Amino acid sequence: MCATCGCDHSENGINITRVSAEVFQPMASRAGYLLQANSHAHSVLQKVVQAEQDILARNNQLAQHNRIHFDAAGVFVINLVSSPGSGKTALLERTLRDLQTALPFAVIEGDLQTTNDANRIAATGAPVVQINTGKGCHLDADMVHRAWHELNPPERSILFIENVGNLVCPAMFDLGEHARVAIISVTEGTDKPLKYPDMFASSQLCIINKIDLLTYTDFDVQRARAYCRQINPMIEFIELSVTKGFGMDEWYAWLKKQPRHSVTRDKLSLCTN
Amino acid sequence: MHELSIVMSIVDIAEAQVKKNHARQVDAIELEIGELAGVEPDAFDFAWPSAVKGTVLDHAQKEIRHVPGRALCHECDGEFVLHEAFDSCPACGSFVYNILQGKELRVKSLVLS
Repeated sequence: MCATCGCDHSENGINITRVSAEVFQPMASRAGYLLQANSHAHSVLQKVVQAEQDILARNNQLAQHNRIHFDAAGVFVINLVSSPGSGKTALLERTLRDLQTALPFAVIEGDLQTTNDANRIAATGAPVVQINTGKGCHLDADMVHRAWHELNPPERSILFIENVGNLVCPAMFDLGEHARVAIISVTEGTDKPLKYPDMFASSQLCIINKIDLLTYTDFDVQRARAYCRQINPMIEFIELSVTKGFGMDEWYAWLKKQPRHSVTRDKLSLCTN
Repeated sequence: MHELSIVMSIVDIAEAQVKKNHARQVDAIELEIGELAGVEPDAFDFAWPSAVKGTVLDHAQKEIRHVPGRALCHECDGEFVLHEAFDSCPACGSFVYNILQGKELRVKSLVLS
């Protein structure tokens, strides 16, 4: 069943669209058999299966498969997560424009509806694929796998996956990324890391955006950092303003130091579709 | 509402088990859900009927074993009960600890017919 409308087609409701600048618009306690007599004359043969299966196992296996693709191509993959409106797309637009001569990039955009974000990315000249999840509140490893083959990013590039704007649901779903980057902006509450701890616990970097607006808000950067560290003692921080350009150099230095080596092992297990 | 995706993954596991065992349907399913697994019980129960409708789980009796959270503190070496992920150690206040249990999200067993 699909997560959008309950129809029987698992792929319904999820659209993956390549966008280019030219195309723009568009219970039982033991294993064994039980012979259970029911209320009338028949008897029903039942089998008890001790499954012990992790519910997220399939997503985790697919994420691992994605990681092999990424490593074979030497592509460093970043899963960008935040609430809606924290500035994920704006950060990407500026980064792609500023660094396009220095680094090869590709982008997978995740939104419920529209190709608006992919159009903004396509305008920078970077290759981009839009995943529309319908009503799905997060990307999963299968969607990213399909988008990866559609996009076919250049070797040794940096692939940004802009997840659906949501600080809850995407936390549970490994996409195969190498780094998870959470963005909060100073127009949000200082206690956001405490309210949505899973996302900050699983991120390696926290970007604090819109730092130029700090004088107009009650946001307390030091307290927000302390809350983040309380949940994730290893997390790094970069404070920046995408619109004014403050702090962008530190972000670019972080991107440039990430490894982009092609790992040839496991190449035989790669699929082509 | 990632609980809907979770229920749909359970349906996938159940369908595969029914097929593998040449059964017709699931009469009962036993799930293990940890207190720290990030699954909201109300949202899970809300998602269940619509996600299992018309599947092998449609008439299955669902039994959920809730696993309480437990952690081992790195600072004081004490073991403690953790109701919310990211609470501090009640003995020494440290946030650096290993979660021992409570993250479970598993299909434990199924009764097939």
